[in-house]
Amino acid sequence: MKTQICLIDASKCIGCRGCQSACKQWNQLPAVETEFTGTYENPPRYSCSTWTKVVFREYRENGRLQWLMSKQGCMHCTDAACKLACPTGAIYHTDEGTVTIDEIRCIGCNYCAAACPFNVIGFDRFTNRAKKCTFCYDRLVNGMEPSCSAVCPTDSLVFGNEREIIAKAQNRVDHLRKNGNPEARIYGLDEVDGTAMLYVLADKPEKYGLPADPRVPFGTRVWNAIYGPLRFLVVIAVGFGLWANITKNRELDRGKEETQKGSE
Amino acid sequence: MTNHWIDYQHSDVFMAIGGNTAENHPISMKWIEKAREEKGAKLITVDPRFNRTAAVSDLYVPLRPGTNTAYLGGLAHYILENNLYHREYVEHYTNATYLIEEGFEFDDVAGVFSGIEDDPARNAKKYDRTTWQYQRDEDGNVKKDPFMQDPNCVMNLMREHFRNYSIENVSQITGCPVDTLEESYRMFSTTGKPERAGNILYAMGITQFTHGAQNVRAIGLVQLLLGNMGRAGGGVNAQRGQSNVQGATDMAILYHIIPGYMGTPQQAAHPTLGDYIEKETPETGWWSNKPRYLISLLKAFYGENATADNQFAYQWLPKLDGKDASHIAMYKNMSKGEVEGMICWADNPAVSGPTAGAKREYSAKMKWLVSVDLFENETASFWKREAGANPEEIDTEVFILPAAASYEREGNKANSGRWIQWQWKAQEPPGNCKSDLWIVNELFKKLQKIYEEEGGAVPEQITKMAWDYDGNDGQVDIVKVCKDINGYNVNNGSLVNNFLDLQLDGSTACGNWLYSGYYNDLDNPPTKRRTPEKEGIGSHLDWSFAWPLNRRIVYNRASADPSGKPWNPDVPQVWWDEDEGKWKTNDVPDFNVNIPPQQSAEIPFIMLPEGQGRLFSAFVNDGPFPAHYEPADSPVPNLLYPEATYNPISQRFYEDHVVETEEEKERYPYVLTTYRVVEHYQSGIMTRNMPWLIEMMPEFFVEIDEELADKLGIANGDRVAIESKRLYNNGEQDSIEAKACVTKRLQPLMINGQKKHIVGLPFHWGYMGKSTGAVANDLTPSVGDPNTTIPEFKASLCNIRRVG
Repeated sequence: MKTQICLIDASKCIGCRGCQSACKQWNQLPAVETEFTGTYENPPRYSCSTWTKVVFREYRENGRLQWLMSKQGCMHCTDAACKLACPTGAIYHTDEGTVTIDEIRCIGCNYCAAACPFNVIGFDRFTNRAKKCTFCYDRLVNGMEPSCSAVCPTDSLVFGNEREIIAKAQNRVDHLRKNGNPEARIYGLDEVDGTAMLYVLADKPEKYGLPADPRVPFGTRVWNAIYGPLRFLVVIAVGFGLWANITKNRELDRGKEETQKGSE
Repeated sequence: MTNHWIDYQHSDVFMAIGGNTAENHPISMKWIEKAREEKGAKLITVDPRFNRTAAVSDLYVPLRPGTNTAYLGGLAHYILENNLYHREYVEHYTNATYLIEEGFEFDDVAGVFSGIEDDPARNAKKYDRTTWQYQRDEDGNVKKDPFMQDPNCVMNLMREHFRNYSIENVSQITGCPVDTLEESYRMFSTTGKPERAGNILYAMGITQFTHGAQNVRAIGLVQLLLGNMGRAGGGVNAQRGQSNVQGATDMAILYHIIPGYMGTPQQAAHPTLGDYIEKETPETGWWSNKPRYLISLLKAFYGENATADNQFAYQWLPKLDGKDASHIAMYKNMSKGEVEGMICWADNPAVSGPTAGAKREYSAKMKWLVSVDLFENETASFWKREAGANPEEIDTEVFILPAAASYEREGNKANSGRWIQWQWKAQEPPGNCKSDLWIVNELFKKLQKIYEEEGGAVPEQITKMAWDYDGNDGQVDIVKVCKDINGYNVNNGSLVNNFLDLQLDGSTACGNWLYSGYYNDLDNPPTKRRTPEKEGIGSHLDWSFAWPLNRRIVYNRASADPSGKPWNPDVPQVWWDEDEGKWKTNDVPDFNVNIPPQQSAEIPFIMLPEGQGRLFSAFVNDGPFPAHYEPADSPVPNLLYPEATYNPISQRFYEDHVVETEEEKERYPYVLTTYRVVEHYQSGIMTRNMPWLIEMMPEFFVEIDEELADKLGIANGDRVAIESKRLYNNGEQDSIEAKACVTKRLQPLMINGQKKHIVGLPFHWGYMGKSTGAVANDLTPSVGDPNTTIPEFKASLCNIRRVG
């Protein structure tokens, strides 16, 4: 069960994107080739090498300007659509409450990406695997906070005890509401049964580019209800496939070796 | 900065003007947010663009680039008209009560102060400052009017000077709506209450104008009026944009100063040490100690060769010959073939200098060029086809010395808050890259050898220098350098405790008096201390060292009233304990604690001879009060002073260089400003070679408002050509290209009834590195401030059009 979560206080985000580059650095993700399209936001979409990014949105309403920025990426939902959609059980909740993709069991079907209400799962065409934010699981289990929150200069990202973070978020929302932001709210507390990335938003979620009411797609639930009990069969089937594949490869390798010997 | 980053937590109102603090100094927002959260502080952003700081501000004030003086003058006017100034502070700690000479006046039509005259040497105007002086009695004491009734007292002259800076007038000049202006003035003026503190933070958007120094003066004036100087949470806070640029300035990277902010000697005025000391040492104020610091500096430079008999080697110290040695002037000399060669160290003027295209052209007139940088930069490759040059026609020999990055070397860095912090080396530099210290050490030793063997003009300048920094294994012993800077007793080599130990007789040596004390203990040098404060006001006196004397907030006598009671008892910096009859402190006091509080209250600004804050200053070249002048490239006449469009004293270097005629104003109708983005660093040579950063900000772009984009048929991502007068040569208009960023964050402003559009360009791109783009500074003019010669990067005129 999750005990430690990350607060993303969008009202304090200055869009410096330290989190975005720290994620790439810690996880050794390559840079994506991009072009300037008229917004500061880049890369345009999540991918196997972009797990998190700062989303920029600008508005002018009744003469009031707003430039909203927030770090977005995998929310690590309690009711995780990706987990329900995964046919091989490769996606699971860790003991720390984060949602992780087991690369060995992933078959690259991409059902998770299609089901994700936040649209943040990438796909690696070369390894045929789904990829996303791991909540820096390797850091977490070693007593460190995620790389994104570690570098945040404004304390927009804060990692800590769930109860304290929620209290902090509630205080912040009160403060924002009193200071001219009537739409300020917590996001991720009730949504999808709670997320390990908890937002403080100064305005409506849609204005940040977040879904107003994120849910596990109905189809995914139906699919999971019918298919869930049979998942073990798929695991066996996949296991068999893998075994067959490996044996085949070995045969092929042996064949190659023999050919090489023959040519010598 | 007069204050420091952590002190921001004590501010009640922040004004970010001419500085995009969230973008360029992200860590500042940690403390700004703390103040907002914990004490309900407000943040006002004054900027032509709705920038990243504005995005998290309580109030955004748009204004046309180049009109900061009008905005700040309006603030001064508002404070004075509504009597919102901190009266007791102003009476006791500033020169508001001083009487100025009868002849002083300001001509509202011509827009000039009394004493204006021609300066044929500079092809500009200058001031005779006789009428700007304080009235004095027979004994030489300044005449004052404690009741501030005399029309010639500074307070009344100031009221008179700013009387036209009404909110309506300022709105017409800046383009900011009247109600927004008023709200910002109201918000900031609340810090005139004794217990409240207001913080003005700024950067290049204040300084890079032909009236940049006056903008800073205007900030100082407002902060003195509101009683915010010397106060926790207050101050005039210049946020420095480069790692250790504060240290570089302290160490005299600029031509007009020698280490520790002493003026560079001039051949004509100061041929001997005696002349320098006589003319440059005030009788009162801290600078009366200047001779001690100069002689100790000479001892550090020339060691045993500096003796009382040879004026401590003063005759070898290089002196100014009266010519302008500033950046723009140097390049002008280069254009005439007067510069034989240049060592360009961690500098990339082919991207970052004004009128950068011309600079690349002039560079071909040099015989040689040495570039010290992490990568091959644009300046070092001005001769390449990428730069648009023809290598066959260029004979300049270029050397590139690969330098180590800051994390690949150890040493001290001074941050904006004057904290000198030791930085340990994180890793070895790659390949043959060497630290700057290693390079300068080798370079000097070679030069010294050449001068010893071959002689030259005044070879003693080099041959007699005390230079012994070699360490083991071909490395430089940085501790030896630290000892030199800290200062030591030349007789026994013991380190001096601080600059109070420096002597006149040549018995001490010190490379920079301001830094003295930062390395006074070899085992536990203050610069390496890392003990955070447990209780207190965030001074962290045991963390590193702040110049001067580890003082965190300068002029802190002004934080308490004349009797020694803190204006804000919640954040006591220094206070007089009546019972014990002595001062208690949370910071290093910036005054004599051994005299009664009423006495030290007479001189809270100890660096000045009069000891009191200057609302009126005769020491600024372009006037004792800030006056609104348009930038050199201006779209409108000066609404306040019809006969003076731009600063009459400002530095012009080239004829037919800025927009002057109505026809030209039509040809270049848009106001251009340049700026930085957080993803890239300065001329970009470091960050444009970093794929993760290029991914985020991949291309050079131009920001334009939606209305203008609509008018010109420009859509997001379109290719756009930008033209300025600097690219107009022999009847042909050249241009640079960028991708369009059509944004709501820019808006047209109404300037005196005319709609004016603002165009914004980040200046980080060039033709080298992994991400290339046009050089924004090809468009900017080579005109300078009359005090500092800083170029006017932030406001000029341009035209834009869609390409293809």
